[in-house]
Amino acid sequence: MSNNFRLESGEGINQTEKISFKFNGKTLLGYKGDSLASALLANGIHLIGRSFKYHRPRGILSSGSEEPNALVQIIKDKDKAKTDPNVRATQIEICEGLEAQSQNCWPNVKFDIGEINSIFSSILSAGFYYKTFMWPSKLWGKYEYFIRKSAGLGKSPTEKDPDKYDHKYYHCDVLIVGGGPAGITAALIAAKSGKKILLVDEKPEFGENLLSSSKENIKINDLSPTEWIKDKCKELSNFKNIKILNRTTVSAYHNYNYLIMMQNLTDHLSENEKKEKIRQRLWKVRAKKVILATGSIERPLVFDGNDRPGIMLSSAVKKYLNFYGVKCGNKIVIFTNNDSAYETAIELHNKNSKVQAIVDIREESSGDLPKKCNELGLKIYWKHTIVSSSGHAKVKNVSVMKLSKDNSVVIGKKINIKCDSVAMSGGWTPAVHLFTQSGGKLDFNNQNFCFYPKKTKQSQISIGSCNGTFKLADIINESNQKTSEFINQNVENKNKISEPKEGDLENIWLLPSNKALGKTKSFIDFQNDVTAKDIKLALREGYKSIEHVKRYTTTGMATDQGKIANMHALGIVAETTNTKMGDLGTTTFRPPYTPLTFGAIVGRNVNQFFDIIRRTPIHSWHKKNNAKFEDVGQWKRAWYYPVDNESMFDAVQRESKAARTKAGILDASTLGKIDIQGSDASEFLNRVYTNAWNKLAIAKCRYGLMLNDDGMVYDDGVTTRLNENHYIMTTTTGGAATVMSKLEDFLQTEWPELKVYLTSVTDHFATVSVCGPHSKKILEKVTENIDYSDQNFPHMSFKEGSINKIKCRVMRISFTGELSYEINIQANYGQSVWEKCMDAGKEYGITPYGTEAMHLLRAEKGFIITGQETDGTITPIDLQMDWIVSKKKYDFIGKRSLYRSDTAREDRKHYVGLLTKDPNEILEEGAQIVAEVKNRPPMDMIGHITSSYYSPNLNKSIALAVVKNGKKLKGKKLFVPMANKTIEVTVSDPVFLDKEGTRLNA
Amino acid sequence: MFIIKCPYCGERDHSEFSYGGEAHINRPKKPTELTDDQWAEYLFMRKNIKGIHYERWNHSHGCRRWFNMARDTSKDKIHSVYKIGEKPPV
Ligand SMILES: [Zn+2]
Repeated sequence: MSNNFRLESGEGINQTEKISFKFNGKTLLGYKGDSLASALLANGIHLIGRSFKYHRPRGILSSGSEEPNALVQIIKDKDKAKTDPNVRATQIEICEGLEAQSQNCWPNVKFDIGEINSIFSSILSAGFYYKTFMWPSKLWGKYEYFIRKSAGLGKSPTEKDPDKYDHKYYHCDVLIVGGGPAGITAALIAAKSGKKILLVDEKPEFGENLLSSSKENIKINDLSPTEWIKDKCKELSNFKNIKILNRTTVSAYHNYNYLIMMQNLTDHLSENEKKEKIRQRLWKVRAKKVILATGSIERPLVFDGNDRPGIMLSSAVKKYLNFYGVKCGNKIVIFTNNDSAYETAIELHNKNSKVQAIVDIREESSGDLPKKCNELGLKIYWKHTIVSSSGHAKVKNVSVMKLSKDNSVVIGKKINIKCDSVAMSGGWTPAVHLFTQSGGKLDFNNQNFCFYPKKTKQSQISIGSCNGTFKLADIINESNQKTSEFINQNVENKNKISEPKEGDLENIWLLPSNKALGKTKSFIDFQNDVTAKDIKLALREGYKSIEHVKRYTTTGMATDQGKIANMHALGIVAETTNTKMGDLGTTTFRPPYTPLTFGAIVGRNVNQFFDIIRRTPIHSWHKKNNAKFEDVGQWKRAWYYPVDNESMFDAVQRESKAARTKAGILDASTLGKIDIQGSDASEFLNRVYTNAWNKLAIAKCRYGLMLNDDGMVYDDGVTTRLNENHYIMTTTTGGAATVMSKLEDFLQTEWPELKVYLTSVTDHFATVSVCGPHSKKILEKVTENIDYSDQNFPHMSFKEGSINKIKCRVMRISFTGELSYEINIQANYGQSVWEKCMDAGKEYGITPYGTEAMHLLRAEKGFIITGQETDGTITPIDLQMDWIVSKKKYDFIGKRSLYRSDTAREDRKHYVGLLTKDPNEILEEGAQIVAEVKNRPPMDMIGHITSSYYSPNLNKSIALAVVKNGKKLKGKKLFVPMANKTIEVTVSDPVFLDKEGTRLNA
Repeated sequence: MFIIKCPYCGERDHSEFSYGGEAHINRPKKPTELTDDQWAEYLFMRKNIKGIHYERWNHSHGCRRWFNMARDTSKDKIHSVYKIGEKPPV
C-alpha cells in the first residue's frame, strides 16, 4: 500500500476499517469514510481522466458535487454491462468491492490518442460544433465516426439495471436544505417550534466543512468547530419532530415549494450489505416553508495551464487534509486572491506538507491569517500571479510574475517554483441554484464579486454563505435571526464566536500572462474544455448576450452545469464588453442540481408497471388459442389467430372469409360503454349526436356520430335505448375516456339544467360479438328466453335474456355488414359465454377473428373508423354521411360549424373508395394520392390512403381514402406514386360489398 | 406544480387535475343566428393574459367536477378557485 500521503488521522475516516477497491484494474486500499477521490489521493493518484475535447490529463479539482474533472465509470457486480457512467469521484464513498474506471480516454488514461486534439486545438475553438457542421457535408459522415469514438463521456450500460428504486411523497412544515452551520442552527430553532421539520444534506456527514476547518483559529463557545457541530447534531437527534436525511440532494425546486430530492441509500455499502435493499429513493416534498442553506462553492483562478492534475481548490486541499487525513502533495504552492487560502496554508504547514510559497494577487491584506503565515516564515509573493504551469500527468512547476499596478499585465522576471500541488482560491460563489430554480431574482455584490439572492417568489429564505454571508459569526447570527422571524419562534443567539479577522478580496477574472492570449490555455469550463480565449473569440465574432456566448462556447453546459465555470465566463464577458456584472444577468440554472439516475426517476414504474396494460375478461382464452395481440390504447386486443404457422395475411383472409360464409366471433369488450340515465337523457343525446334521438323506441339501437363544436368528427358508436330514461352508449375503444370527459364537461358547465347521470361501465361488461349467416342459430343455442325471429328481433334492436340464468343484453347490430349479435354480460362471465358460443358454433364452423379481420370486414362495407378515416379535419359531409346529420334539430354540438365558409367549401377532402388497376396490388396506408404524375417531386398531393386491404370476399384489393373534391371524381383515374413505382387507381364508392344491406337479414 | 384547492374536495396535488382552457366562454344559446365571425369568436378566440386569468380546471383524478380558477399568469400563482356559475373574484 503506497499510503505515503495518508496522515495519522482524519475527522471523517475510520482507520481501523480498511477497505479494498479497484481503480483501472489495480487493487488499492482506503478507509471507511473515504470518498473515492480521497482514497485515490491517499494512494498518490491525481490523474483520473481525460478532458472532453482536448483529452488533456485531468485530476481531482474539488471535494464535492461541483467536481468537473474526476468523472469515473463505476462497474456493478463485476459486470461491465451493468455500470454507472459519469459518477463524480468526489461524491462516491468507497466500499468493499467498489470498482471504478477512468473514462473518456482510449486506449488508457496515461496514453490517450485523443490528446492529439490538443495539438489541433486552434480548430477546436469556440463554436467548434457549429463550425464543424459547415464543413462539406459529404465529409461529415467520415469525421463523425472518429469524433464519436474519441469524444463523449462514460459508457451507457448495455444491460438491465439490477437495482431497485423507490419514490416517496412527503409533506412537512419546514424543509431545511443543507446541514452546515447555517442549516444546523436553523434546524435547532425550527425543531423547538414543534413543527414537522425535514433537514437534508447531500453529504454523508453534516457540517463537513466545519469538520475540516482549523481547530485553533476558530472557537465557538470555547469549542472547536468540530466539537460544536457534533454537539449540535446530537442535540438535534433528540427531537422527535425532525427527520434528518443525509446523502440526499435536492435536484429540483418547483413552484409552490415542491422539491424533488434524491436519497442515496446503498451506494456506500458493500455488495453483501446492499443485497435486496433499495438503492436510491426519489423524494417528492411539499414544504410549507423552505430554508435554503446550500452554502457556497470555491472558485478556481483562471491562468494558463490551470487544469493540470494536482492543481486543486484550496478548500478541497484543506478538506482532504483535515477530514480525510490525506495530503494532496508534499510541496504545495498556494495561489489566492483572498484570506481563506491562508488557513489551508497554515493547516498544511502544521501537518508537515511543505508550503513552497503563497502567491497572492493582492497588494496586501489586513487579515489575521496572512500575518500568522508571515510569522510562521511562509514565503508570500504579494501582487504576483502564476503565469503558467508545467508537468504532464501532474503539475511539477509553476511560473510566477509580478502584476502591474492596474493588474493588466505582468512585469519583471519570471520566478519558477517547484511543486507537486497547487491550492488555489478565487473567492466564493453562493450556491444559488435552487434559489433561482424557485423563481428568485439575484443581485450582484461588488465587494465579494458574487451573485446573491435578492427577491424570492416563494415562502422561503436563504441563509449563510448561499446568501452571500461568509464569516462564521455572521452566518450563525443571520441563521438565528432570519429563521426566528421566518417561523415565528424567537430563539436568542447565545453563540460566542471568535474567528480571525479577514482582509478584502480582490478579483481578476482572467489573470494576465506573459504569453499572448491565443497561446494560453486558461480553462474556465474544465468539463467542456472552454478556455478564456474561446469566450473572447465568441465576443469578437459578435455574440453579446451571455445566453448566446454560453451556447456558442458550450460554457456551463456540461454535466456540472457550470457550478465552477459560470462566474468566470460572466466576468470575462462583463469586462470585455464593459458591462456591469449586475446588468449582464446570469444564465438560467435548471434542474437537476446534480445528475439523477434514470432508475431514481422511474422508481418502481418498470416492467409491467411502466405502462398500465388492460386485458379483456376473455384474454386468457385468446392467449391459449395462439392469438397475436395488438395494442389499442392501453388495451391488448386479439389481432389475429394464426393456425399452423399461418402468416398474418393468410390468417386474416381466412378469418374474414369465415365471418361472411359461416360464423365469426369477436371480443368487443374494449369498446367504451357509458350508462346514461335521467329524465333528460333523450334530449342530452339529441344535443351530443348529429342525428335525432327523441323518437328512438325503447329496445332499439341507433348509430350516432359525435362532433366537436368545430364540426369535425370526434367519435362514433351505437347507443341503445334500454328504457324510457335509460340508454347505454358505446364509444370507440380509444375514445372511451375522452368521450366520457367531454360529456361530463357539457353536462356540468353548459347544460347544468339537464337531469342526466353518466357512469362509465366499460369494464363492467364483456362483449361477445357473433356474426355471419349461422350467427342466429348459434345465439339460439346459447341464450335463454329470446325469440330471434326477424319480426320480434329485427336489425338495430335489443333484447334482454339470460345464459345459465345470468342476465345478459343482446343487441342485433353489425359492424361487418353480416347478420350479427352482440352479447353483453357481467364481465366475469365473459370467458364462459365466449366458450359457450365456440361450443355451440362448432358445427357451423365458428371462427374467432381479431381486430385486423374486423377492420377488413368493415372496410368491405365502407364503414369508417374514427381516427383512421378521420383525423380531426373531416366533417360528416366530407364522409358523405349527410344522412346522419339532422336538418330539423335546432342545435347539436358542431352543427353551426358545418356551414362556416370553410367547412361548407365544395372542394374539401372527401371520403371515397379506391380500386387498383391491378386487383392484386395492395396500396400502402398513408400513401399520397396525385392527379397528375410528374417526373419527380414535388407533385400536388390531393389526398391519402386511410385503409387498404385485400378483400377475400371480393377477390380484389380495396382501399379507402380522403381525396380533394372526391365526391365528383367517381370513376376518375388517380395515381399513388411510391418509391419505385406509380400505382394507378380508380375512384369508387366506399361501399364495396352488399350496398343494399341484404346480408344483414341473411 | 400547484397545490389546488378543489371547491369540493379541498387541497390536492396538481397531478390530480387537468386544465380546461379559458373560463366564462359560454356556448351561444342560438348558434344558428350567429354570423361566421361571431361563431368563430366563440370557437377559436382566446385571451393570452399577463396577470389574472380566469380558467377552467377539472378534478379529473378526484371528484371529476369542473370548477374555475383565477390565476396570475405573470407569477404563476393561484389567486382563488370558485365553483361553476359563481361570479369571478376581483
Ligand atoms: Zn374534487
